[in-house]
Amino acid sequence: MASPKSEVLQGTLDLLVLKTLESMGPMHGFGIAVRIQQVSEDLLQLNQGTLYPALLRLEQRGCVVSKWGISENNRNAKFYSLTRAGRKQLAEEAENWDRMSAMINRVLRTS
Amino acid sequence: MRELCRAFLHRLASLFRRRHLEADLDAELRSHLEMAVEGNLCQGMSPEQAHRQALLDLGGIEQTKEMYREQRGLPMIETTLQDLRFGFRILRRSPGFSVMAVLCLTLGIGANAAVFSWVEGILFRPYPAVSHQEQLLALTGTARAESGPTDISWPDLLDLQRSCTLIDSFIVSKIMGTTLSNGDRAEVMVGSIVSANYFDAIGVHPILGRGFEPGEDSGRNAHPVTVISFQLWQGRFKGDPQIIGKTQRLNNVEHTIVGVMPDGFYGTFVGWAVQFWVPASMEENFEAGGYKLEDRSARWIEAYVRLKPGVTRAQAQQEISAVARRLEADYPETNRGRGIKLWPLWQTPFNNSGTLLPTLEIMVAVVVFVLLITCANVGNLLLVRSFARRHEMTVRLAIGAGRGRLLKQLLTEGLILSAFGAAGGLVATHWCSHALVLLFPARGGVAMHLPGEIDWRVLAMSAGVCLLATLVLGLVPAMQIGKIDVAAALKSDSAGVLGGGAKAWARSGLVMVQVSLSFVLLVGAGLLLQSLQKIRNTSPGFSTHEVLDTAVNLVPAGYDAQRAQNFQDELLERVKALPGVESAAFARMTPLSYRSFSSTPIAVDGYQHPSEEQPTVQYNEVGPDYFVTMGIPLLSGREFTRADDEKAALVAVVNETMAAQYWRGRNPIGERVQVEGRWMQVVGVAMDSKYESVREAPKPFFYVPLRQNFDRSAGLYIRTPLSPETMATALAREVHALDPDLALYEVITLQEELDRSTSPQKVALTLVGVLGALALLLAAIGLYGVISFAVSQSSRELGLRMALGADASNLLRLVISRGLTLTGGGVLLGTAAALALTRLLGNLLYKVSPRDPLAFGSALVVMTIASLAACILPGWRAARTDPARVLRH
Repeated sequence: MASPKSEVLQGTLDLLVLKTLESMGPMHGFGIAVRIQQVSEDLLQLNQGTLYPALLRLEQRGCVVSKWGISENNRNAKFYSLTRAGRKQLAEEAENWDRMSAMINRVLRTS
Repeated sequence: MRELCRAFLHRLASLFRRRHLEADLDAELRSHLEMAVEGNLCQGMSPEQAHRQALLDLGGIEQTKEMYREQRGLPMIETTLQDLRFGFRILRRSPGFSVMAVLCLTLGIGANAAVFSWVEGILFRPYPAVSHQEQLLALTGTARAESGPTDISWPDLLDLQRSCTLIDSFIVSKIMGTTLSNGDRAEVMVGSIVSANYFDAIGVHPILGRGFEPGEDSGRNAHPVTVISFQLWQGRFKGDPQIIGKTQRLNNVEHTIVGVMPDGFYGTFVGWAVQFWVPASMEENFEAGGYKLEDRSARWIEAYVRLKPGVTRAQAQQEISAVARRLEADYPETNRGRGIKLWPLWQTPFNNSGTLLPTLEIMVAVVVFVLLITCANVGNLLLVRSFARRHEMTVRLAIGAGRGRLLKQLLTEGLILSAFGAAGGLVATHWCSHALVLLFPARGGVAMHLPGEIDWRVLAMSAGVCLLATLVLGLVPAMQIGKIDVAAALKSDSAGVLGGGAKAWARSGLVMVQVSLSFVLLVGAGLLLQSLQKIRNTSPGFSTHEVLDTAVNLVPAGYDAQRAQNFQDELLERVKALPGVESAAFARMTPLSYRSFSSTPIAVDGYQHPSEEQPTVQYNEVGPDYFVTMGIPLLSGREFTRADDEKAALVAVVNETMAAQYWRGRNPIGERVQVEGRWMQVVGVAMDSKYESVREAPKPFFYVPLRQNFDRSAGLYIRTPLSPETMATALAREVHALDPDLALYEVITLQEELDRSTSPQKVALTLVGVLGALALLLAAIGLYGVISFAVSQSSRELGLRMALGADASNLLRLVISRGLTLTGGGVLLGTAAALALTRLLGNLLYKVSPRDPLAFGSALVVMTIASLAACILPGWRAARTDPARVLRH
């Protein structure tokens, strides 16, 4: 393999989706996938199909809501947008992530 | 938490909008792909390449959908529904098997549910109308001189009521009967003498009128009021809405009807439905022995107590015993050596729960057996079927089904079968809830009342049984899945690959279990049959044929003693004059009937009882010619004559055991015995006979003349070769001629009386025998199945043997010896089980040891014959193997 691609870490996909929706506003599934890959500068190996169960999971928890609409190039697409609960969830999970990664970094450096 | 709930509801809701959601998902993925393809085209890919890359990026449409579906619904429920649908389809495809299996299970589960409902309705929850019956306990007296429980006196009960703080209420309910004439037949009505608090304390309230008021249970004959049952109101009074305030003559006293109890309330006596209640103040009118409410030595009360909440039986017993000890000290002449005992309801000694307990125990054991046998049988059927389905299972494994998933499928199929069986069983139980009564004869013309009770505990028990059956049914074929070798099984579809040895072992094991279970039942049936025969062959000590027994109850008709004596004399003259009558006599009690004889303390000149207490002995009041009529031989002396009346000297006849025990070899004729303070001269010694049960050991007993101890409710005994029916007509005519208002009880032979007394043995024998035969049949079928399967599987081997010179009889012997080996294994298992279990029959056995070799031997013979029969056909088929044809294949 030329450039080492990272697998999406278990449980972090939800966080990535939430963050994308927060910064980009309502988006459809394909858009979210493209956006995540762009931001990660194609270093993330994302199986796009896994996005849909993740979106459904977030919807079941009330973090996002979905609505059919018309895309930028005039296609029918299902748009997902963040709810208030979703924003709260994002804040919590982001903080968790920071704490966790800081801790893991500390452990890696000291040993 | 709220999030989880919400997610669950979301998933649950999705189960019901599957089609819509599926279309939605389809559209979403389509739009995703279209956008991806468009993007790829923009990057300069060819259309095919663009499409391929889009699919690659997505990771496949079906895969995505499958992931999505798992997130969307509740996979467990969905696969269960799928399994159910599939299971139903599979079972519908082989209706013969399914019907057979469901019928077997209905029998197994239904028998269990029915017996549980009887145990519940008779032992554990006998009074469904009574509130909080778990707080009720039965109350009896005890006496050091007597082995069984005794009744309680009214003054003792009042003292207990005053002194006990842990007990909420003392509830008196003494069963009794009265007779109402119904044309020329006497109709017996069961009633109950109760304390005034009765209805309030048990928490059942009248639907019309009132219950008894405080104080109505005191004062001699002071409150002639009665509360009647719903059945009596509907039947005899045709549901008269103006019934309250009307009067009914009961035992010749007009009683005002003050209340009607609700439908479904049958009083508090297991075995009989009570029709009317009177307060204890009216006791003298219904009970023999005069006014007893102020007599501490008159023990006649049967009672219950209701504990205060949170009080245990042990605590209450402790308190009651303390009070009883104080009563012993305060009233030594009546209470010395006497205590009071509390019993759990299911052990209530004075009603039928105690007498039915052993029968019910055997029933429970037998139905568990039936369940095991049906499970083994259905398991065997399933095994055969799993052989037919091995190809399906192998294919499913090969295309990626997990073994767990297959197991779940098999368990679901088992669940469907057992659920149908359980449903059928419960329906059957509902129909049979009153069937127990059919096993017990009516006594004294009143049918018993023994309802089953189907409540949540019975339902839970049945569900448990059903689940157990499911496990067995699912796991038997599942054992086979574990052994499937996919590669080998797919390569060759021929028989024998699927771990044939292990399968044969499992089936053989099941057959051995069946054989052993039916062996146990056969042994049980053999033991019961032998003891029933022994009972039949035991002479009760009096003639049973050609002696008829009936009664005319003079008490309810208002006869006083003088009138009753005249009536008896006149009737006796008329009866003796009837053609075909050899002799006739009156006596108070019929031997071997359901009632027990009175007993009394006695004293004998020159006899010192080992213990301090006075010995008590049972007795009967009999008229002239009693011994001749009954055919009880007198060993010495004479029997009573008409001269032994109230004006003559008091006399008695003792039996040989009493003579031996109290006069130690001396001739008792001319000696004296003291009964209730009166000295009587012994004038005769009668041979021992049976008094209360054919199975009883010889015991002391004596007779006194009816005239010197008069009782208006005496029975009539007639020695005649005529049939009871012929005699009944003639008797009814004579009774009517004397008094048109009187009615006659049923006329039966003493043999009939004896047969009725052995009904528990007969019930047990019927149950064990019928189910034993059924089990034997099932086991034989199972054995037949195993052996013929083995024969069909080993036709090559058989052909080879034949080609090598074995002849038909060799092969027949081979097959039969295989069958007998299985039977032998089963019999060994069964013998071990039977040795442990026949003790259960304990007191139903008479002069037969629970390890009786004859019973075991004959069970072995029957079993062997059955298994030979089961092996003959497959053996014959084996012997006819055509080596040329078999070896060619």
